[in-house]
Amino acid sequence: MPQIEQLAATYSSQIFWVLIFFGFIFFVIGRGMVPKIMDTVAQRDKQIADDLLAAERARKQADAEEESWRVRENANRAQAQTLIAEARAKAASETEQRLAAAQGSIDGKIADAEAAIAAARQAAGAEIETVAADAARDIIGRVAGLSLDEGLVRAAVKENLVHG
Amino acid sequence: MHQFTIEPLFGSAHWNIAGYNIAFTNSALWMAIATVALLIFVAGGSKRQLVPGRWQMAVETFTGFIDGMLAANVGPNGKKYVPYIFSLFMFILFANVLGLLPIGVLGLHAFTFTSHFSATGVLAIMSFSIVLVVGFAKHKLHFFSLFVPHGTPALMVVPIFFVELVSFLVRPFSLGLRLFVAMMAGHVLLEVLSSFVIDSGNANIGLFAIAGLPSFVLMVGICALELLVAAIQAYVFALLTCVYLNDAENLH
Repeated sequence: MPQIEQLAATYSSQIFWVLIFFGFIFFVIGRGMVPKIMDTVAQRDKQIADDLLAAERARKQADAEEESWRVRENANRAQAQTLIAEARAKAASETEQRLAAAQGSIDGKIADAEAAIAAARQAAGAEIETVAADAARDIIGRVAGLSLDEGLVRAAVKENLVHG
Repeated sequence: MHQFTIEPLFGSAHWNIAGYNIAFTNSALWMAIATVALLIFVAGGSKRQLVPGRWQMAVETFTGFIDGMLAANVGPNGKKYVPYIFSLFMFILFANVLGLLPIGVLGLHAFTFTSHFSATGVLAIMSFSIVLVVGFAKHKLHFFSLFVPHGTPALMVVPIFFVELVSFLVRPFSLGLRLFVAMMAGHVLLEVLSSFVIDSGNANIGLFAIAGLPSFVLMVGICALELLVAAIQAYVFALLTCVYLNDAENLH
């Protein structure tokens, strides 16, 4: 086993070179380069954490903005609804009034027309009475040779016209 | 066993400092190769891009892994040990994996310096020393309360203290020997099996069919297992160092 056989001859050289090379590794690589590498990693982790934080903050802000937009939108919608309702009510009442006015004038016209018709009918009835009385008196005069009083004839005709 | 032999390279056999030999051996060469490979690997991942490429992602995975291990075992105080644990883990991992490279087919000899306790022992003693220094610097003599767990009956305090003290003092040995034994055992196993394949093949075709071929199939599986062991032993070494550092940082 050379490890033991050569120990006396080589131990000093082994110890010396291990210390030299391990010392080089420790001071140049371990102390010199490793902290920089770990620093880079820490910096990256920090940047990632910061970015995540910023993203989270931006998300929260977006949420808040959306919320306020929603509130504003709801208010706007409500306002629009009231405006529409008002306009609708106004239009409805206007229409009603106009309808009522039109109805009134139509009713007036109908009443006038009915009155005119009634007057015309009455006039026509009176005329028919007169013509009938005249005709009846004429007929009586010619057929019976009687000359009757006009008022009497008219009363008789009226009675006949009324009772048919 | 030749694969574990340490040989001086480039005529450096007689280099020495204050009488101690410091020959640049094949072991030192593979430490240098692991160091350079690790340097290239980490440097490739040091572009510091905000959006990492694959390479940077790979390096960051390792630093994140060590960071997570320390955070889980030591807590927030463990952050300052990341450079040390990272160096330890990556050095051992690269050494283990590079030692498994099949560069024998190119006529070169891979050498796993983590299969020498003279190398792993240095790393283990270093970890243990850090635990001692941190423990005594942070808790002064209170650090000895580590050896008396909570709820120990008064009668048992003294025996428990010595039991715990021994288990504490054994740590550097278990830490260094575990890695050395695991790496060496794997390499020896592969060597034994490959000698079965070659020797039975040289003997006759019948022996090759009943011994060589199954050994070869087994070797394929064990090579995969060794890659796993290479990573796991590096992980265990780093993890146990974290656990010991936790004792030093937080006592119980």
